[in-house]
Amino acid sequence: MNHNSTAKKAVGLALTLGAVGVGALLTARARATKPSPDDAPDYTGRHASGEMDVEGCTVTIGKPRQELYDHWRDFQNLPKFMENLLEVRPVEGQDKANWRIRAPAGHMVDVVTEVAEDRKSEVIAWRSVEGSEIETTGRVTFTDAPGSRGTRVSLIIGYKPPAGAMGRIFAKAFRREPQIQSRHDLKRFKMLMETGEIATSARTKDQTRKAKMEEEA
Amino acid sequence: MRALTWQGHQDVRVETVDDPEIINPRDAILKITSTAICGSDLHLYDGVIPGVLPGDILGHEFMGEVVETGPGSTLQKGQRVIVPFPIACGQCFHCTIEQFSCCENSNPVEKQDLTAPLYGHPLTGIFGYSHLAGGYSGGQAEYVRVPFSDVGPVVVPDHLTDDQVLFLTDILPTGWQAAEYAEIGPDDTVAVWGCGPVGLFAVQSAIAMGAAKVIAIDHYPHRLELAKKLGAEIVNFRESNVLQALMEMSGGLGVDAVIDAVGMEAHGFAADNLADAVKQKVGIGADRAHVLRQAILACRKGGRVSIPGVYGGLADKFPTGALMEKALKVRTGQTHVHKYTKMLLEKIEKGELDTTFLISHHLPLEDAAEGYRNFHDKQDEWTKVILRPGMERGTARAGQAQETQQA
Repeated sequence: MNHNSTAKKAVGLALTLGAVGVGALLTARARATKPSPDDAPDYTGRHASGEMDVEGCTVTIGKPRQELYDHWRDFQNLPKFMENLLEVRPVEGQDKANWRIRAPAGHMVDVVTEVAEDRKSEVIAWRSVEGSEIETTGRVTFTDAPGSRGTRVSLIIGYKPPAGAMGRIFAKAFRREPQIQSRHDLKRFKMLMETGEIATSARTKDQTRKAKMEEEA
Repeated sequence: MRALTWQGHQDVRVETVDDPEIINPRDAILKITSTAICGSDLHLYDGVIPGVLPGDILGHEFMGEVVETGPGSTLQKGQRVIVPFPIACGQCFHCTIEQFSCCENSNPVEKQDLTAPLYGHPLTGIFGYSHLAGGYSGGQAEYVRVPFSDVGPVVVPDHLTDDQVLFLTDILPTGWQAAEYAEIGPDDTVAVWGCGPVGLFAVQSAIAMGAAKVIAIDHYPHRLELAKKLGAEIVNFRESNVLQALMEMSGGLGVDAVIDAVGMEAHGFAADNLADAVKQKVGIGADRAHVLRQAILACRKGGRVSIPGVYGGLADKFPTGALMEKALKVRTGQTHVHKYTKMLLEKIEKGELDTTFLISHHLPLEDAAEGYRNFHDKQDEWTKVILRPGMERGTARAGQAQETQQA
């Protein structure tokens, strides 16, 4: 693993789930800053609020809440649909997990996460433990969709561009900006849960994104 | 394997490329026996649809023999199948309500970003139809990878020939859906713009659905002749004033339903079309919407507008006033092929529908580039081209449409 500071910054960008201790702020801040509050999710606000970017994305998945929750709650499943997450291993003797994350230019970094909130079939939130190399948090909620449409799954992330405007430009260049990455991850989760596989238009095995990313690494 | 690849504006070539492999569990690999060039492939050929990259394999009308299956496929080796051109998972919200061409799960996630900003939603995956529709390798090749092979492919009985069933993959259901969207009643007069394959099948379907009168509009004499043989009255837009003719032929009421089977590359010298053609040439994303404008004006008040023709971008001078003030109903979209295949296969088996009248040429896959050139340049005689991977280079066989012409 590369521990130089450039790699650390890069790693921050590589995350689906950026930022520090956003937790409850994820829902509270934008509401407070909308002069005329409405029912739209806060992250759809037209005006930036505070120093943190809050990003969210919702998909409807034609499966029951519990099945989706159970799959997500087993964090070892996350690398199946989170492209930059290479591996999740439980930390022995603690209620924590070690996430190995892919960073640009073939770098990797390990982050220890803990569950910040957990309500069966409703919500899972997680954050990196104090003193982690990089800090991350995320929250996924599961609510019943109308009628027989299954479940609405929302993934909300807080994100602070690690190196200001330059950091964001850098991130975009790698197409790993958290907003894009989290939307992609969530849609891949939908594909996996509904169809049992993740769509690829590759014609041969070594043309798949996975093969190409491994080749890059 | 050998495959027809796109290289640039009006430049397609047959090249040797890597064979497809099973990647996902529900995949199957087909050995292609027949594949057709679609009118919508000409939009790719002309470069008016973005997101096609050099080397991309085209072709979304194909059938063949199953030679390999993934563990999640329900197909068996040796089965002979036709494959719908849209790729559908069968399990998302849209697939469960039979809106297969709106499947949410077939366009790979990272490709969805190419069309979502333009349309508000991403396109569904389509074989061989640009990276906007997923970037899937098409079927104008010796082999093809078919995702979700437990959902799309339909096994065809041995006693039906390839020519009889190949068009179940696209143009037959597309013509049928277009007529269905026209909501045809027994007293209705229906006008169809474009006597290409989809227009002709729309004419045939509209007649099968019991329309009192079907009027076909084109400028190619042979294509109009085919429409006439199906039972349509014909209007040649080079000879007649279309709007006036349609008003007269529908007793001054206007036609009850209009079907635009032309789409974004309309021919003709009307002022609006020339302006659109210039805009399309300089690549500012404009569709040549002349036919659609005319169809909306021709449609009677409270009538139906059905649009199977492909549009991709934006059109200006769109008659929003006529659309609203005349209380028109619009139905459009890529065809939900999966919804129609079995029903239409039965009609073919019973002899109620014949699709072979359309075929003008059988060519070896190796001569596919020639097929494109002629289908593009000689639309009157080259009504439908079928490519066969097995045929020897330089051999060509006439189809029924050509015989009609010579007779």
